[in-house]
Formats: sequence, C-alpha cells, structure tokens
Amino acid sequence: MQHTARLSDENLRRIEELKKRYPHPQAVVLEALWMWQGEHGWISEDGMRYIAQLLGIPDHHVFGVVSFYTMFNRKPVGKHKIEVCTNVSCMLRNSERILRHIEERLNIKAGETTPDQRFTLVEAECLGSCGTAPVMQIGDRYYQNLDPESVDAVLKELP
Amino acid sequence: MESLLLPQIPDVHRIDIYEAHGGYAMLRAALSKTPDEVTAEVKRSNLRGRGGACFPTGLKWTFMPKDSSKPKYLCINGDESEPGTFKDREIFERNPHLLIEGAVIACYAMGVTTAYLYVRGEYKYWIDLVQKAVDDAYARGYIGTNILGSGFSTDVYIHRGAGAYICGEESALMNSLEGQRGYPRVKPPFPAQNGLWGCPTTINNVETIANVPIILRLGAEAYAKIGAPKHPGPILVGVSGHVNKPGVYEMPTGVPLVDIINIYAGGVPGNKPIKAVIPGGSSTMILRGDALEGVCMDAESLKAAGSSVGTAGLIVMDVDTDLVKVLQRITRFYRHESCGQCTPCREGTGWMEKILTRFCNDDATQADLELLLDVADNIEGNTICALGDAAAWPVQSMIKRFPEEFEKHIQEPAAT
Ligand SMILES: Cc1cc2nc3c(=O)[nH]c(=O)nc-3n(C[C@H](O)[C@H](O)[C@H](O)COP(=O)(O)O)c2cc1C
Ligand code: FES
Repeated sequence: MQHTARLSDENLRRIEELKKRYPHPQAVVLEALWMWQGEHGWISEDGMRYIAQLLGIPDHHVFGVVSFYTMFNRKPVGKHKIEVCTNVSCMLRNSERILRHIEERLNIKAGETTPDQRFTLVEAECLGSCGTAPVMQIGDRYYQNLDPESVDAVLKELP
Repeated sequence: MESLLLPQIPDVHRIDIYEAHGGYAMLRAALSKTPDEVTAEVKRSNLRGRGGACFPTGLKWTFMPKDSSKPKYLCINGDESEPGTFKDREIFERNPHLLIEGAVIACYAMGVTTAYLYVRGEYKYWIDLVQKAVDDAYARGYIGTNILGSGFSTDVYIHRGAGAYICGEESALMNSLEGQRGYPRVKPPFPAQNGLWGCPTTINNVETIANVPIILRLGAEAYAKIGAPKHPGPILVGVSGHVNKPGVYEMPTGVPLVDIINIYAGGVPGNKPIKAVIPGGSSTMILRGDALEGVCMDAESLKAAGSSVGTAGLIVMDVDTDLVKVLQRITRFYRHESCGQCTPCREGTGWMEKILTRFCNDDATQADLELLLDVADNIEGNTICALGDAAAWPVQSMIKRFPEEFEKHIQEPAAT
C-alpha cells in the first residue's frame, strides 16, 4: 500500500537500530508512534497503517495501541498542547485557578483548540511533579510552581 | 543520616564526578563475587521494594530460575504515575549513575542480559538525561559486552511509555513493553517464570534498584540497621499539598509523619491544623490529622495505623480542605485509568465517581453513602490487578474515618 505521508529517513534508520533491542519488532511500536507524532503532530489512520506495515504487524493492532495511550493525538491539535494537571496535589495548590486563567486568556474551554490552531488546552492527570504544584506540560517541557503571572509569561514567550 | 540516594555532591549526575566519589566501584566489587553472593547480600540487607508493595527485593531475585534456556530480563519500573509520587524523577535527574550501577549489579546477580528501564512518556526531559548517562556508562565499559573484563555482558535500554497509569502495574508494563495495549495479565504465571515474551523476568522500582550499590558499599548488616528494622534503608519521601516546603526528602525509614511534615517540609502554611494525610500516594488509605501521633514512614507502623507506605508520596491536607472534593478527584483518576478489562473496576469506578459528584453538588442522600461503600467493597479483591483495590481503598477509608465530611454534603431531609 502506498502512503502519502511517511517517516523521515533518519527516523527510519533509528527504527532499524531500535529493533535490535527487542526479540520482536512490535516492541518498537510506541517509539515509532512517537516519531510519527513528532513529525506530523498527530497520528492519522494512514500513519497507523504505515507503522503497521513498517513493523510487520496488523493494522488493527496499531489502532488498538494508539487508542490505549492518552499521549497520542488521534486528531490534529494546536501547535502548543497545554496540559494542566488537576490531580490531587495540584488541586490542593489551586490548579483550578490556573486552568480557569488559561481558559480566559485563550478564550477556550479545557478540551478545545483556539480557532487559529495555536493552542489546545486539556486537563492532565498527575504529571509526577506534585512537589512543584501546580504544574502544566507543554510539549516536552514542564512548567512548575505556577501562578497566573508566570502562566502569562509562558504563554507570551511561546513561539 | 548521610544522604545516600541523593548525595549532596554537586554534579554527581556526571559520570566523572560520580566515579570520583567511588561510583561504579560497587559494580567492580560485585563482579568479583559470585552472582549468588550478591543476591544473598541484598537479601540480608532486608531491602523492600519502593514501588508500592514493599516486597523483599532479595527474595524476589531468588525466584528467577538459575538455569534457563531462555533469556532473562529485568524491567526497571519508572512509570511513576501514582498521584502524589514524584521521587524516581529525582534519581533520574540527580543521580542517574547510581540507578545504572544498581541495574547492572542486579543483572549480574540474576544472570540477566537485557534490562529495560520503562519510563512514563511525559518524562521526556528526564529520559534524555538518563539516556545521556547510559551512553556515558556504555562508553566507559560499565554496560555492554564483557563489562570491566569480567566476561559478563548486559544491555540497558530505556523504553518510553505513552501515558497510561496502568502501565506501572508490572504485568501491564510487560505488555506495554512488548508493544501491546497495557492490559494487566492474570497471575499465575508469575513474571519470574513467564514474563516478557514468556521469559523469566523481574520487575523492580527505580528507587529499589538505586539502593543496591548502597547495600554493597555499606554492607548488608550496616544497611539493615538504617531506619525501621523490618523495612530498613534510606527512603525518598515526596511531600505535597499543604506544606511550606513541598519536595522530595531523603531520610531513613521510620521517621514520624509529623516530623516529615513539620521538620522536613516546613510545616503547614499559616500553621493550620492538619485535617488529613494520604501517606503513600493516592491509593493508600487516608489518615486523620488528629491521629498521626507516633505514626512513622515504614511498612509496619503504617500498617498498624491502617494504611501503607505505598510510594511514600505524602499528601498533606489542612483543616479547610473539602475531602469529598479530594476523593471525587482521586476517584475520577481511577475511572479514567481503569483499563476496562474487569467489570467491577470498569463500571464501579464510574459509579463511584458519579455518586461522589452528587456529594460535591450537595445533591446526595444517605442511601448514596451506603451505595458508595457497597460499590467500593465489591471492587476490592475482584479484579485481575490491584488498580481496583487502589480505587476502593481511598473511598473505604474516607467513609470510615471521615463520615462527617460526607454528612456535610448530604441533603437535609425536607422540614415538615
Ligand atoms: C495500578 C498500579 C500502578 C503501579 N504503578 C507503579 C509505578 O508507577 N512504579 C512502580 O515502581 N510500581 C508500580 N506499581 C507496582 C508494580 O506492580 C510492582 O509491584 C513494582 O514495580 C515492583 O517493584 P519493587 O518490588 O521494587 O517495589 C503499580 C501497581 C499497580 C497495581
Ligand atoms: S498531582 Fe499534579 S503533578 Fe502530581
């Protein structure tokens, strides 16, 4: 099957390297999906089929994997996905205020994307950063000990 | 106590500095012993797992078959997703070589030739830090082929997760590593017989493995004397919630919770009284703030107090906290994270969340309280993995120890 989108040659080489770490290529599926999401921002059905073919595993297996893990975007998201932890330790340190503040600033509700596709805002489960609560994650970065002022500074400095 | 897991040595995360302070000497020492001697030393230290269940580590290692026609594996559990838990991250950031040294020693003791460090997907930044340390350790011959000329070879690979609390459960972790959905497996068979790809496998927490070089350095007998006798050693306690100085603190096991809160974590803001604490991450049973006297951070003491050490993630709640709101949020987490395999957990967590939402909206009745407890009781013990219990325990303990918190939210019977 022909795919319109694919992984970069560098990532394809990397996948070949990673396969050597496991007795079965299927074990590379999460890493391959991470690469796809890194290159394309989200994981389309076409992307899932491509990865299935690449690893020699059934399409439906990859569909099942993608839907199990919350970090994989199955729909396009904004350029910056903002994930605000609202779990217990953050809640005790007023994560609610942070979430509301971002909602107001971006004029969207949690779960939504701004019309210009710049920001997607979601509530996150515990990010493993409870000692520096409240916390949010944007891309690979954690922003810790937040208050409305520091949130504004972060939003301003994002490209 | 001298800091052993997170020593106050600037830049000890760098391999040069780590080596300059005696790093990797214990690997060298271990390789000059027999694997059984190393395992025996860990057993005598009485180290118990830091991943939640406090299982004796040396004993776990002896479950691995000595002769196996199949490869053997070690999975190091860095999924760290239990709300209130943020300690393994500290090891990744501040002392990754201690973890790596421990991992290679553990591999040698069990005859493992491949170790996978499974880290939650959100920790990308920390994965990159540990990867750098792993690369450096390979370059110096501490991992790889013929380690330090001993003839022993093993690899250490980092495996990134993708957002699923359940993948911290050991059998779900193995399925996730194999590239499957993270569904827990039915036990038996146990991992030591039939784990990753059907091969003998041991799963240990990051902090557990980081204790191994410390045991060899101090000697098992000296290690066993640190802290609480039945649950000894240094422990990383993560304190969060209503304290002045939240963070991860290293201490011997057995420190009174009130000292952890007041001395290590700087007390409660405004000196407010403590209403409640959750001692070891969100799944451990909640304790009353007025019943903390004499309760210590070790397995025996917390068991006697009606809770457990879990991941030593201590969550502190002051007198103004609405505990029902806290419980609703915790329950929402378990509903979200239930993998859906077992009906009691899949359905029960949703029901409990709905009932608790009614409490939060002051829209609940006395019958709701009974129903809530009934649902929790029917989840506990009726699921493949312990996520069901983890969801039930906070509910059961909160109802038992804080009935007044629920009554506040129950509709007054209409005045006649
Ligand atoms: C729902 C659930 C989540 C868990 N999450 C973790 C985790 O994030 N990290 C961890 O080390 N153990 C976790 N555990 C415990 C593991 O199943 C296992 O007992 C532990 O990794 C063993 O390591 P230890 O013996 O060194 O403690 C979890 C257990 C359950 C039931
Ligand atoms: S509760 Fe927010 S990071 Fe743990």
